[in-house]
This record gives sequence, C-alpha cells and structure tokens, in this order.
Amino acid sequence: MSELIKLNPPLVDQDVTALTAGDKVLVSGTIYTGRDAAHKRIVETLAAGGEPPFPLQGAVIFYVGPSPPPPGRVIGAAGPTTSYRMDAYAPTLMAEGLKAMIGKGKRNPEVKQAMADYKAVYLAAIGGAGALMARCIKQAEVIAYPELGPEAVRRLVVEDMPLFVVNDVHGGDLYEQGRQAYART
Amino acid sequence: MDTNCSSIEVLRAQSARIQRAQSAKKWELELASPRTVEVSAVADAVARLCGEADLYLPEDVRQAFTRAQAEEPSLVGQEVLGRLLENADIAAEEKMPICQDCGLAVIFMDIGQDAHLVGGDLIEAVNDGVRRGYEENYLRKSACHPFTRTNTGDNTPAVVHTQIVPGDKVHLWVVPKGGGSENMSKVFLLTPAVGLAGVKKAVMDTVEAAGPNPCPPIILGVAIGGTFDHAAVRAKRTLLRELDSVNPDPEAAELEQVLLEDVNTLGIGPAGLGGATTCLKVFVDIKPCHIASLPVAVNVQCHAARHKEAVL
Ligand code: SF4
Repeated sequence: MSELIKLNPPLVDQDVTALTAGDKVLVSGTIYTGRDAAHKRIVETLAAGGEPPFPLQGAVIFYVGPSPPPPGRVIGAAGPTTSYRMDAYAPTLMAEGLKAMIGKGKRNPEVKQAMADYKAVYLAAIGGAGALMARCIKQAEVIAYPELGPEAVRRLVVEDMPLFVVNDVHGGDLYEQGRQAYART
Repeated sequence: MDTNCSSIEVLRAQSARIQRAQSAKKWELELASPRTVEVSAVADAVARLCGEADLYLPEDVRQAFTRAQAEEPSLVGQEVLGRLLENADIAAEEKMPICQDCGLAVIFMDIGQDAHLVGGDLIEAVNDGVRRGYEENYLRKSACHPFTRTNTGDNTPAVVHTQIVPGDKVHLWVVPKGGGSENMSKVFLLTPAVGLAGVKKAVMDTVEAAGPNPCPPIILGVAIGGTFDHAAVRAKRTLLRELDSVNPDPEAAELEQVLLEDVNTLGIGPAGLGGATTCLKVFVDIKPCHIASLPVAVNVQCHAARHKEAVL
C-alpha cells in the first residue's frame, strides 16, 4: 500500500490516471450522492437532452443513502451502498465526464471497460462504517429529487474522506488482487 | 419450530418443561387466569430495541472484531477491522446508527402459550413500535413498494416471525436486516445424492459469489433440512445466537467449524480487500427433511450484526 494521495474534485484525467488499484486516497471538496433511483432519473434526463442535476465533468459520485441527521448534525450515518445496482447507468455518466465513483462491492466488466475508456476510477469506502464516514462530511444539501428521501441527490462537502482505489484505469482490481494474495484454495 | 439452536434455549426449554409439569398440577385451579401482557408493552419494547440495535454494536460482535484483528495477516484487513471498532465507538458516542442502512425491521417473537396478549392487535403494536423506534432515533426508513419503489415512510410493515413456546412470557428479538447482505443470501433445493459435500459447496458458492458485496467479515446462518420456507426462516433465526455460543447439536457444531474454516480460505477478507477474516462465525441448524429433498438456506449477515432482545 502506498502513501495517502489527496484528491480534490472536480478531477481531471491526470488525477485518475496516476492512481493504481490498492492506493489509499483522501478526498476533500464537493462530491454528489446518488443511488439507483437517482441514477435512473439522471440517465433519463440526459437521454431526453436535459441538464443533469449537477455538472458531471470531473465529478465524484458517492453511492449512499444516508440516515436522517440527528439534531445539530448535517447528516446521519453515511457509508457506501452496494455498487452493482448502479452498473447499468455508470458508463453513461462516465461518458459525460464522471471521474470517480465511491461505493462498495464488485463492478461488472462493462463498467470496468468504461473506466479504462473514459478515464475514471472506482473507490471503495468501508461498507457499514456509516458513523465514521459521517465525520468527514461537513456540509450536505439536497439538490435534486427530494421526494426520493434517502435516495435524493445531495451535494456534500467532505474533508479527508478515506478511500481505497479498487479499479484503476489500467485494469487493476484490488478486490481480485487482495483475494488472490490471501486465498488458500 | 427451532428450540435447540443454543445452550441457552435448551436450558430455557428444560426449565419451561419443569415449569409446565409444576403448573400442570395447578392447572385445574388456575384455568381461568393466564398471565396478561399488554400489547402496548410489546410496542414500547420494540421501539426501544430498534434504537438500541441500530445505535449500539452488540458486545459479542465487538469482541469478534478484536479477536479477528489480532489474527488477521493482512495489514489492510487489520486496518478495516480497526475502523469498524472505531465506527462502533463513534456510533455509541454520537447516537448515530452504526450503518446508514438501518435495515428492514425483522422481529422474532416467542410467545408463551400461557400468556394472554391484551389491549389490541399484536402485529399492529409491533409496527407501532417500529414506527416510533425508527423516527425517534433518526434511523433510515428503507421499506418500499417492490415495483414503484415508493417508500412506506415509516419502515413498516415489519417482518414478524412468531412461535408458540411453553411458559407465560413473551421473548422478543429485534434484528434490523440490511439489504446489501440480504441480497447475497440464497436457498438451495439440492438433490439428496449431493449429500454433505453438496451442502458445503452451496455455502462456499454463496460466499464466493457475494465477495465484497455484503460487507465482510460476514456471519452465516445455514439451515439444512425442513422445507423451502422453514429452512429460510431457521437460517435467519440462527442469527439470534451469540457469536461465542456453542451449538448443543454436536453434528451442527462440527459443521459450523468446518464451514468457517473453509469459507475463510477464500481470501475475501475484511471489506473484501483481501485477508483471512471473511467470516466471523457460521451458525448451523439441522432438521429432518422429506425423503426426496435436501433444502439448504444460507442467510448472509454483514458485520453490522444487530440484534437486541427483551423478555416481557
Ligand atoms: S450490508 Fe450491512 S453493513 Fe453493509 S451497508 Fe448493508 S446493512 Fe450496512
């Protein structure tokens, strides 16, 4: 494992091409949230020639449906949701300039190919560590689809959010590499 | 249904039998006076347990993290386990859910046959408890219509499993169940010819296919035998056990050990980033089945293994 690499969105190609599966990164700045329902709407909006709810160029999206904020807090627990449910939509967003996705769990071959083609990376947060992740989130604001409740699109301002690079643009895959290193079968 | 899945349950069953024998003598005298339990007390307990379950990681799970951290060869794996312990501390300190997926509310209720539930509809009382527990503790409501995906808004209806047991108490467990791990669970209706080897393969295939998705380190509830429906419910019910409990059925206890060792050779590791701690514990429940069948249910539980109980 390497030193911590700092990432400040919006990201450019060089930010992501420099990353290798297994790197640890700290993300600070503005990122956006979205789960399946929001992705479906964004992709439908793009197909109809509309504007997405946030600029996709250089964007970082976090697959999360936070719990409600307790009094005095900007957000509740906010760990990643399982990413494969967004696989059907992710290539379209990458084609529009999305540079990083934050989630947990495996991606399908089409998404990995799109990461290589459009220069984007997949970052994993520790699934189920929602209270810990909430500490990195300094601001949160619903910017689209409020009727989706926890699934609404939020703009988050984060500070030093710790993540692992799982899929890089070069075909590296930390889930596979990590497993191979410790498998005893 | 399942009365021998832990030594505590065996003891409870024994004492219930003794109680039953004693109370049988008094039976004629007390025929008209069962113990009454107000359903509002059930609602209050459910509301409290929903909060406790989602905010406070159970002690047995915390201890399992600590043990696993000491034995995990992967540095990243150690780091992940450390972060999970830190997460549990932060959650308790800040009264923040351990995980943002506060689960569908799964409730098990063992109702003593000598208890009389009064004051309203029992299931409605459970739902009322869930409603209050999720609202008052700022828990995420994750129940929605299967097609329109419209959120029901209050995390009801709860999934309620009841069974009638000896005695006059109501024992309830609140087990919030996250979607990420539930989605990786499976039921197999195997051909009897595949035998024990086929059962092991079914478990290994389930964990292998799940990989990093269900937030490892996981816990597995494996029920073998019974019918399609019975296996699935028993698999979930095994998750009520404490992680360090010993299975009173020696055949199941041995299989638990074998499956745990096998699954931990897969290398998936904490958070799926590689390591020896893929699974913290396998619970096994074995029951007879039809001569034509070999049902196996594998319920995958994530490390946010929330379970809280109360006796009324
Ligand atoms: S699988 Fe469990 S720990 Fe992971 S996000 Fe879902 S509820 Fe939380």
